[in-house]
Amino acid sequence: MDINKMDIKQLAQGLRAKDFTAVELCGHFLSEIEAKEPEINALITVTSKVALDEASSCDKALAEGQELPILAGIPFALKDNILTKGILTSGGSKTLANFIPPYDATVRKKLKEQKTVLLGKTNLDEFAMGSTTESSFYGPTKNPLDTSRAPGGSSGGSAAAVAAGEAPFALGSDTGGSICQPAAYCGIVGMRPSYSLVSRYGVIAMTSSMDQVGPLTRTVQDNALVLQAIAGHDPQDSVSHNHPLPDFSARLGRGVEGLKIGLPLDHLETKVRPEIKNAILKVVANLESQGAKIVTLRTGNLEAALPAYYLLTSAEVSSNLGRFDGIHYGYRSKNYETLEDIYYNSRSEGLGKEAKRRIMLGTFALSSSFYDAFYVKAQKVRTYIAREMAKALEQADLILAPVTADIAPKLGTTKSPVERYKESFSVVLAPLAGLPALSLPSGYQVEGMPIGLQLIGSSFSEPLLYQAGEAVMALNSEEKGS
Amino acid sequence: MSKYEAVIGLEVHVELMTEKKIFCHCKNEFGAAPNTNICPVCIAMPGALPVLNRQVIDYAIKAGLACNSEIAPYSQLERKNYFYPDLPSAYQITQGKHPLCLGGHIDVETADGKRRIRLNHIHIEADAGKLVHLEGEGTLVDLNRAGVPLIEIVTEPDIRSAAEADAFLRKIRALVQYTGVSDGRMDRGSMRCDVNLSVRTTGSEKLGTRTEMKNINSFNFVVKAIEHEFKRQVEILESGGEIDQETRRFDSVNNTSSPLRSKEDAMDYRYFPDPDLVPIAIKPSQVEQIKAEIPELPDVRMAAYVKRWDLSHYDADLLTNDIRVADFFEKAADKTSYPKLAANLIIADLLPGLEEEGEISLLPRQLADLADLLGKEEINSNTGRKIFKLMLTETGELDPGAYVKENNLAQINDRSALEDLINTAIANNERAVVDYKKGKEIAIKAIIGQVMKATSGLANPLLTEEMIKEKIAEIPD
Ligand SMILES: [Zn+2]
Repeated sequence: MDINKMDIKQLAQGLRAKDFTAVELCGHFLSEIEAKEPEINALITVTSKVALDEASSCDKALAEGQELPILAGIPFALKDNILTKGILTSGGSKTLANFIPPYDATVRKKLKEQKTVLLGKTNLDEFAMGSTTESSFYGPTKNPLDTSRAPGGSSGGSAAAVAAGEAPFALGSDTGGSICQPAAYCGIVGMRPSYSLVSRYGVIAMTSSMDQVGPLTRTVQDNALVLQAIAGHDPQDSVSHNHPLPDFSARLGRGVEGLKIGLPLDHLETKVRPEIKNAILKVVANLESQGAKIVTLRTGNLEAALPAYYLLTSAEVSSNLGRFDGIHYGYRSKNYETLEDIYYNSRSEGLGKEAKRRIMLGTFALSSSFYDAFYVKAQKVRTYIAREMAKALEQADLILAPVTADIAPKLGTTKSPVERYKESFSVVLAPLAGLPALSLPSGYQVEGMPIGLQLIGSSFSEPLLYQAGEAVMALNSEEKGS
Repeated sequence: MSKYEAVIGLEVHVELMTEKKIFCHCKNEFGAAPNTNICPVCIAMPGALPVLNRQVIDYAIKAGLACNSEIAPYSQLERKNYFYPDLPSAYQITQGKHPLCLGGHIDVETADGKRRIRLNHIHIEADAGKLVHLEGEGTLVDLNRAGVPLIEIVTEPDIRSAAEADAFLRKIRALVQYTGVSDGRMDRGSMRCDVNLSVRTTGSEKLGTRTEMKNINSFNFVVKAIEHEFKRQVEILESGGEIDQETRRFDSVNNTSSPLRSKEDAMDYRYFPDPDLVPIAIKPSQVEQIKAEIPELPDVRMAAYVKRWDLSHYDADLLTNDIRVADFFEKAADKTSYPKLAANLIIADLLPGLEEEGEISLLPRQLADLADLLGKEEINSNTGRKIFKLMLTETGELDPGAYVKENNLAQINDRSALEDLINTAIANNERAVVDYKKGKEIAIKAIIGQVMKATSGLANPLLTEEMIKEKIAEIPD
């Protein structure tokens, strides 16, 4: 019995068959963490005591013969921008390095109710702004598949923890690719849910109009199970979708026969490394052979998506990060005489470079003289992108696209902010349009690193994405087998 | 007509008396121990999100309808970004481009007559916390008030005098009290006011450069601030100077003002729609339902008083501006044959000392009885006012009729009882008699005064005067 190879369903069965207790299961992952963390640095905080308490409470319930949800006793890790009562929640920032929240985020509360077992809090780019996890105050996370490489970001810690076998699943957050991109770099499955499907309550806000929490897992099936547990209406989040939840696993096992899969050809020609294009075309050919219908998508020019995304995210960031002023929240400089000193020095010393860059950009974009030229125009572009994506999704049931232009970058690669921003092109389309995107391994590799792909669907089409995603993953194992 | 006139616009902040705060479930109450009515939402804890309290919308619509505003079918909450220690999120959630209530007007009565003040709009917003400066401890923050719902009533620059501003604020207070959306108490900060004022040559159409005075928290101070600022601007213009567009701080203790912020330092608040909140959509049926809940408003009552009890507009306005007073007056007026006398007593002796809170300390029945005694000339007005003041301060239920009897305060209306006293008074005031005969009417007052003194103020003053005149006429020149 190799726990590392078991999926959530198998672990749940193991617990019920008394092959192992929840405490033993938790112990297994805690020792994995202990062994691997010195190198990987996926976790900012390891919550061993909480984990063992939660595991033994689960064991007790199992012993009493209680009917427990499938996630009961399953260990997991949470991105450190998701609030955990009584446990440091740093947002990866120096400014919150002493922030112990007095309340739980809704997703944490839901997972607590499911009797899951919290192993720790994962590393991230400061306030989830970045694509390598290198901007964390807690140092970079390494990619478990090649420790000279970055795991991606901003949910790099969550992706690395799952890829390294430190946790069966983790939650990340996605604003403009922060789940999909690290999942692709680490060769795992990541879901950015439709905007408003998962509560944002208790998640440190970065770009409120795009932030979504989602699962990172090793399999599509696991991903659907975790999403089932965290999704749903939350009266504490005003934008929360108030409709009955579908069964996210309902369409698993149906294959792709008859599914119309849209391919953005222009995008493949111009945006990505040839090996990635080839991998995607091979997957597409395989899906076609299984009965999927491949459609070449016609869309308008999507080039403005990237600048629009960075204007909007910066605008919202500049407002959302205001509360880290050294008075109520955040690091306070020791160096002050006046109130203005507290503001200037606390923010100068407490916030990192990327945070400051976006605050500056956003403050500029919202200033009364540039508001129409930047913020309003970016909102118009956003509306346009959403319309183009909707049109594309009229031509096909879902869109199959690359996640990244290249494989996981080497750590410490210095690039200009604009170059780094440009790499996000493929992953900002779904967030701008509020759409769900499932990132998963294509089954192909280059330089020994996985090549990911993403499936983008209409709002609340997660069951369909899981259906197609499972079929792609099934191809993977066939490939590996042959 | 004076050479200059003031052009004044007001921004009135009114705290709504909803049970809970605007975006969370914390209690909305005044006077709790510091930082006890707080939660992650209203203290802007990272990750916390606002959820709009529907009661705030209902109350704001009610206030809007009472001010004759249109209710916007679609409105939006925006963030106003700035740093201040009483604002933990570093932005205030308010409304900018799309406020809830559009336009509107309020009619005000001053001694100069009636004027209509137009409103630009009314919007909803969240209040900030409060800074408390403590000797030895520095400045502390109390966030109980953070997230208390406010409406901001913004007028057009239609107000022309301190008296109009005062009347406008009193009318606003009346409206929010009548509709029950606020206690309207300036002493508690439930109502606060920013004054925008400029000066121009009377009759000119052009607006002068304006200054703003923020957060004035009493009717009196608003009047003082306007009078002060008007005078200051006129003096500058008269001496050939120019007004700086700036925010000024008014010091109500010393009746002075000083610049706070110039136009160059004006903040760029970087307004943008709050992405955490969805737009507010109001259905016509909702507006209709709220309209049906609005009680009779002061203007309606005022018109009724004028018609039914023959009061002047000005007096009727004074009586209806406080719902407690209006209710009290109506009950008393129903019980007396002399409602106008009851109104006079209220205006002269009840209103000036009336606290902003609490009940009126006498019964309508007592006032009605007193008005009857006055109307039937059983007591004179001096006695009437004395008894009224006594009733206001006495804790027991003083019966005016019984009190008059017990204390022998009945007015002396009997000619024979006054005759001797009048003769004596005339004899003692030869000089006054001569003066009066020469046409100096006022000289008669000395004689009346003596009669009043001799009767401990109980003589019927009108009868006394009449009799004195008769007697003097009998005296040969
Ligand atoms: Zn609260």
